[in-house]
Amino acid sequence: MSETILDQDTLGAGCHWSLQVGRGHTLRLTDIRGGANVGMLLFNPYNLLERLNIPDTLKCQHTFLLGKGHALYSDMGRVFCTIVEDSLGWHDSVCGTCDKQTVAERWGALDYQTARNGMHRNGRDGFLIELAKYGLDRRDIVANLNLFSKVAPDADGNLTHVAGASKAGETISLRFDMDTLVVLHTCPHPLDMASEYPAGPVRFELLEGVAPLADAGCDENRRGFINTALYAGQCCGGHH
Amino acid sequence: MLRESHRDPTQARYREVVGAGDYWLYEVTCGEVLRIHDLEGNQAADTLFFNARDPAEHYSAMNTIQAQQNLYLGTGTRLLSSQANPMLEIIADTCGRHDTLGGACATESNTVRYAREKKGMHACRDSYLLAVSEHPQYGLSKRDITHNINFFMNVPVTPEGGLTFADGISGAGKYVELRALMDVLVLVSNCPQLNNPCNAYNPTPIEMLVWAAE
Repeated sequence: MSETILDQDTLGAGCHWSLQVGRGHTLRLTDIRGGANVGMLLFNPYNLLERLNIPDTLKCQHTFLLGKGHALYSDMGRVFCTIVEDSLGWHDSVCGTCDKQTVAERWGALDYQTARNGMHRNGRDGFLIELAKYGLDRRDIVANLNLFSKVAPDADGNLTHVAGASKAGETISLRFDMDTLVVLHTCPHPLDMASEYPAGPVRFELLEGVAPLADAGCDENRRGFINTALYAGQCCGGHH
Repeated sequence: MLRESHRDPTQARYREVVGAGDYWLYEVTCGEVLRIHDLEGNQAADTLFFNARDPAEHYSAMNTIQAQQNLYLGTGTRLLSSQANPMLEIIADTCGRHDTLGGACATESNTVRYAREKKGMHACRDSYLLAVSEHPQYGLSKRDITHNINFFMNVPVTPEGGLTFADGISGAGKYVELRALMDVLVLVSNCPQLNNPCNAYNPTPIEMLVWAAE
């Protein structure tokens, strides 16, 4: 099966966006300049109460890092999507999102009046704006993915954001196992200590025809994919 | 860092034993001290905190981890809310490690982690959902059942990026004490999980104590 690009675009640094991705489609993200961060939340568009659950994702796969082969679970024991391609090998999912105060303290508040669309935006506001489009609000900002950001723990649990972990051209591809509402922003990682507001644009492509991984990786995922296929057969029309 | 408390349980204004598998929902006011007492040892207390005056604001594992740049909770940890406000501070701890990555067990995640046939087993998220349904006055729903703290649970993360549910390091009589920095609604599920070592395969009661503000 060959890949077909259904849509493609570039999101500038500090932007926010949301889109529904169909079962069987793939979202491929590329860090254009290096140093990007993509904050991401996932919801079931037919039941917004079902959402990305990072604790379940980590404990089902006995992992702290996320990379190729990992499934991203909802709180209902189903897999929204699988990381089928990944040039980095480590993406953070426990540090949350920068807010207005973090950005102002670290890089200075830069408002629209001063900087027009070069203003210093923050991930929390980006999530709030996108979530409001679906009737969701601050209560729904659960633990998010921070794609392209590596946060390394030491033996005592101390965390360090690894500067420069993502270089220009790094990619990650999420192949969706369920119809999914994807909410994302391209604001800096909350532990990014870069001296300048990280202005990493991200290219996204929506693709059809990307093959699923041959191996589920672990028994937990085999069971998770069975749950997902049963559900998709019931409510996503069983297509793709 | 281990730190013992000088507080006398006989002087507590409130004491209640919560049976294994039960939930506990209670308001602790600003300045009061809450102790969670692991009576028999190795018992995970899955805990959520809400701003009692605005329950849409809740404990945030992410903001807490982000602020202290550390994954584990212990003496000195300030638990931050989803709006980055300090909610409580851990002021005493005789266990030494508490988890906030592992979340709460659920019937659905049990089907993934263990087997489809496990879905009838009692789980923390069942307790949480019953608690919010039985207390509609707080306006809480499934949306508010988010990323909790597992007091007394040991979930070590390795520098290589691994994560495991390990044998607990708590024991009979260990406790953790928190001072409320705002009026908080506390929701605890005394974990009924039987499929992993988080409760040493034997869920047991915990005791909740509250001392009035000094």
